[in-house]
Amino acid sequence: MAGTGTAHLRAPDETLLRVEDLVVEFKAGRSGLRVHAVSNISLDVKEGETLGLVGESGCGKSTTGKAIMQLPPPTAGQVMFQGRDLTHLSGEELRRTRTAMKMIFQDPISSLNPRRKVEDIIGEGLRVWKVGSKDEQAAKVDEMMLAVGLDPALQRGRRPHQFSGGQCQRISIARAVVTDPKLIICDEPVSALDVSVQAQILNLLEDMKTRYGLTLMFIAHDLAVVKNVSDRVIVMYLGKICEVGSPDVIYERPAHPYTRVLLDAIPVPDPSIRPETRAKVIGEIPSPVAPPSGCRFRTRCPKAQAKCADEEPKIAEVQPGQFVACHFPLAPGETLPTRNGSGPVAG
Amino acid sequence: MIRRKRPAAPGTERFADAPLDGSLLEIDDVKTQFQTERGLVHAVDGVSFSLERGKTIGIVGESGCGKSVLSRSIMGLLPSNVVRHGSIRFEGHEIGSATGNQMRPYWGTQMAMVFQDPMTSLNPVMRIGNQITESLRVHFDVTKEYAEETALSLLTSVGIPEAERRLREYPHQLSGGMRQRVMIAIALACGPKLLFADEPTTALDVTVQAQILDLLKQQQQERYMAMVLVTHDLGVVAGRTDDIAVMYAGRIVERAPTRSLFEQTRHPYTEALLKSIPKLAMPSHSRLDAIAGRPPDLVKVPPGCKFAARCPYAQPKCLTDEPPLIDPDVPGHSYRCFFPVGSQAGADALGRNLAAGETATGLPVRKEGEAVLTGVAV
Repeated sequence: MAGTGTAHLRAPDETLLRVEDLVVEFKAGRSGLRVHAVSNISLDVKEGETLGLVGESGCGKSTTGKAIMQLPPPTAGQVMFQGRDLTHLSGEELRRTRTAMKMIFQDPISSLNPRRKVEDIIGEGLRVWKVGSKDEQAAKVDEMMLAVGLDPALQRGRRPHQFSGGQCQRISIARAVVTDPKLIICDEPVSALDVSVQAQILNLLEDMKTRYGLTLMFIAHDLAVVKNVSDRVIVMYLGKICEVGSPDVIYERPAHPYTRVLLDAIPVPDPSIRPETRAKVIGEIPSPVAPPSGCRFRTRCPKAQAKCADEEPKIAEVQPGQFVACHFPLAPGETLPTRNGSGPVAG
Repeated sequence: MIRRKRPAAPGTERFADAPLDGSLLEIDDVKTQFQTERGLVHAVDGVSFSLERGKTIGIVGESGCGKSVLSRSIMGLLPSNVVRHGSIRFEGHEIGSATGNQMRPYWGTQMAMVFQDPMTSLNPVMRIGNQITESLRVHFDVTKEYAEETALSLLTSVGIPEAERRLREYPHQLSGGMRQRVMIAIALACGPKLLFADEPTTALDVTVQAQILDLLKQQQQERYMAMVLVTHDLGVVAGRTDDIAVMYAGRIVERAPTRSLFEQTRHPYTEALLKSIPKLAMPSHSRLDAIAGRPPDLVKVPPGCKFAARCPYAQPKCLTDEPPLIDPDVPGHSYRCFFPVGSQAGADALGRNLAAGETATGLPVRKEGEAVLTGVAV
């Protein structure tokens, strides 16, 4: 994985957001070492599209989302949003440009101020930007509450602790949409919710996207959830991009060994699919302080060769619309060693 | 306390004196309630099941359905505001009302638990090795050297590389997956006959989750342990359990052999749960069948079927009478429902609700939902 490159990017005039060579590094304590959270990632999102960013913890997916919002600004790289590079904007200019971008966070309860009423939480953006009169603002808040399935007459004056996790996430969505943004970055918006509530929120996000013409970036670790909402998926590993493509294609014929391993690691609610016949998972994710040379997935990859340690793979198109950063991409139908030991032996 | 100089490898000799089949655990009408300011919380409300040696049962449900409280009730790990009813028999001994002191000989040697969060359940200021040998040295009269040897072989068997070095390390030096392996080694140290795994992989990444679940299964089979796997994820239990019990509002609403539960789902809640999960096989942007509403308040539990308010099959009868947990069609596949999925009664009930546009509880059911609601694809 571990790949860099921009082969998967589309023409700049087609895209709402275009990120090039994004690098985010943090200091690791006082040791002088650096955490390589995101290393040379490029991505783009078209207007009206949902881009899914998927990977395990530590792969840099949330850091990427936050770096796009300039929270904090990235170490290096370009974030072009509606033709402006956000990394070069000053405080006030950035604040104005950023009204068109919103974020929804993982933990719905801790991302709402417990002491404020729901109407104030949702309407804050309108007040800050002085959108319309007081009455118009109140009407807009009511409209938003209805749109996300809350009852304004009954619940307007309540505070976050009087709501369930799913309802709090509805409030977060209303708060994000109320100022009419272009892009919403959803950072694990359903992973703290029960499955039945998760389905309600995913459906709601789809509805809101259609109704308000939103563009979404959807960050999650659950591949099935990401597939459900996305038009295009980026699989990340240890700060790099592994594979890019439409979810229907890359889930059906993954070309990167990591995508295959990740897909096979998901427990499927079907007892006829035996876990022992699925691809074996080797080892654990290495530290981002000292990532492996070459391809960052090579230490866990059953297909790794000497070349993978020496040379970093570049993102290349394996078939129309499917891009992979791997020296030895999987051929269609190629299998990896399984957990009960059958299949090809690791090279 | 059993005294022995040099026990065989842990986990291999403990059941030698006991028969290899038959019921290990039998629980009958267990009710666990908590006294709170708001009133009595009926966390577990009349659960009965039995578990044979060497078998695995999955307990599935959403948060607040009582699945964790149930396993803690069996282990006797409950806070002081608890009110307990019902019978729990372990190898024929009644432990349903045992105190902590009375449970001590059981913990570790008879039953052990692997918890969800490996960071907070390990002692941060104690070396890994000592945490593993602690229970061995408490329960068996073994030498320090022997206990350390055992800890080493346990760590190796749970797949920790460089086990000798790890023994002297502290939990913070290990990754989440490694910590969960250590938790498993601790739970296995005294060779329990019954292992509770309470959301053992919820805090872990998906690739590590697969490794830990494989490890649990391998250890369970090698040691002929019974296992209770508690999870909210139907995917986790699908490939790894003999039986599954689905819980809702403190009750078992459906219990069946794993295959039967998935292939001949009977309870509308199980069906709804299965349908609400996004699946890899579904094309992107598929509309999910969300379950409307929320589980009932366990302080003021409504009469009748507890799922009625959210159930597309609900009829007037469901609001007043609670269906019993019975297995009328296939022995071993029991459920609590008057209008089960896949039956004529169920199809008729759904048909009536669709015609009326709403269920007996006023839950709207849409016509276009017809194909979805009666679809067999899971």
